[in-house]
Amino acid sequence: MSNKLIVSTSPHLHKKESVSKIMWLVVVSLIPAGVAGVFIFGLRALWVILLGVISALITEAALELFTKRKVTLLDGSAVLTGLLLAYNLPPNVPFWLPIVGSFFAIAIGKQVFGGLGQNIFNPALVGRVFLMASWPKYMTSFTRALNYDAITSATPLALLKEGRVLENISYLDLFLGKRGGCIGEVCILALFLGALFLLFKGYISWHIPVTYVFTTGIMTYIFGQKGLFSGDWLFHILSGGLILGAFFMATDYVTSPLTRKGQFIFAVGCGLLTAIIRLWGGYPEGVSYAILMMNGATPIIDRFTKSRIYGTK
Amino acid sequence: MKRYLQEFLKGIIKENPTFVLALGLCPTLAVSVTVINGIGMGLAATFVLLGSNVIISLIKNIIPDRIRIPCFIVVIATFVTINELVMKAYSPVLDRALGIYVPLIVVNCIVLGRAEAYAQKQSVLNSLFDGLGMGVGFTLALILISAIREFLGAGTILGHNLIKGFEPVFVLGMPSGALLLIGLLLGFFNVLKNRRA
Repeated sequence: MSNKLIVSTSPHLHKKESVSKIMWLVVVSLIPAGVAGVFIFGLRALWVILLGVISALITEAALELFTKRKVTLLDGSAVLTGLLLAYNLPPNVPFWLPIVGSFFAIAIGKQVFGGLGQNIFNPALVGRVFLMASWPKYMTSFTRALNYDAITSATPLALLKEGRVLENISYLDLFLGKRGGCIGEVCILALFLGALFLLFKGYISWHIPVTYVFTTGIMTYIFGQKGLFSGDWLFHILSGGLILGAFFMATDYVTSPLTRKGQFIFAVGCGLLTAIIRLWGGYPEGVSYAILMMNGATPIIDRFTKSRIYGTK
Repeated sequence: MKRYLQEFLKGIIKENPTFVLALGLCPTLAVSVTVINGIGMGLAATFVLLGSNVIISLIKNIIPDRIRIPCFIVVIATFVTINELVMKAYSPVLDRALGIYVPLIVVNCIVLGRAEAYAQKQSVLNSLFDGLGMGVGFTLALILISAIREFLGAGTILGHNLIKGFEPVFVLGMPSGALLLIGLLLGFFNVLKNRRA
């Protein structure tokens, strides 16, 4: 009898959701982008993705066994981190790179802070930035799309940074992913498919991604190459890792603000930083750095946008 | 004699200035790119620590309490100047590699910290062994950090290539990598300390 009476504070209505279910659904929603990446860059991309995921799983299990905690391989978060990290790598990296990157992402990005839910920064991006700072030559050479002979070419954003013309890339090419780039970021169509699924199921809200993309678009439109209000905003939205970052990494529950107001501030900050790095920074692409910087600012944003408890001042 | 040995040994592990007291992190971060730099910096700091600890403990009774910090700084600066001039004369390469961090030993918090917390209250011999122990502890910490950084960040130890085809972790040669490594090592030493306690 006593088990039937549950005494608890509100909320009393629960959805049958769990962290691990959401994690697995995000993994599922990322599969189209991976399939597109493998189709565009060839089978090598698949090995990079698999190595990233496996290395993340092994690292997670090893560290949790070593520190004598519950092994949480099945909650999907390590798979997601490894997957996102691999999506952020060029397809022709040496095979040890995703392994080292996933190890770093899980060990330093996540487990050092105490595991899922404790990390300050998005683990996959921590791994990517570590690889970027350590082996820049592998992280910035990209294979040409739909050309399985591993001929390297620059990404559209890198070409733009060097001031070269981009006449042979149409918006449709960018949308479908016919360009050099990281495995998971190139096919915007596939990313949108996954993102729409998550939006309709309510696992991510539109506030962060839409505000983020919008801010970057506005900024790149205002500060165009040929003077004010002449920028090619559509090109900036469709190229680089903006869509992948905005819909799948900036929306990470752990590292983004809790309130709507905070999420707007977070997303505007991400958008501004991305545009600033792309337009005036040293790197052609700034999505990962922008999201990481705003991850760092998230605790402070949360503090200043705390919602008022009813009945208090 | 056993007491002096204890004073000496405590600086190496139990009260290691870098890993336990977390003092002197600025030169640790800055110069620990190569093992040679680490050894040079450690020895220079040891010399200054030894000299300043002995002199300050000798004159501790005649220093007015209110202006003790300026007095300490004058003593320390004297030793740093000796050290700098000797280094410039006999190993100009090391002097160039360490750069501004040699004169900055004046404001190294290990040196001032030991003067303030130890030498001004203790006997001369105690201070001597304390300074020596702290200096050796600092040198060993620097050697550990710089060995890891040089090996992973450049693939060499003392300038010798060890593994063929090793791709250096470039980030460890940069200050951000040093911060990361020191954080991990501090955590590691804390785990050791907690386990012993």
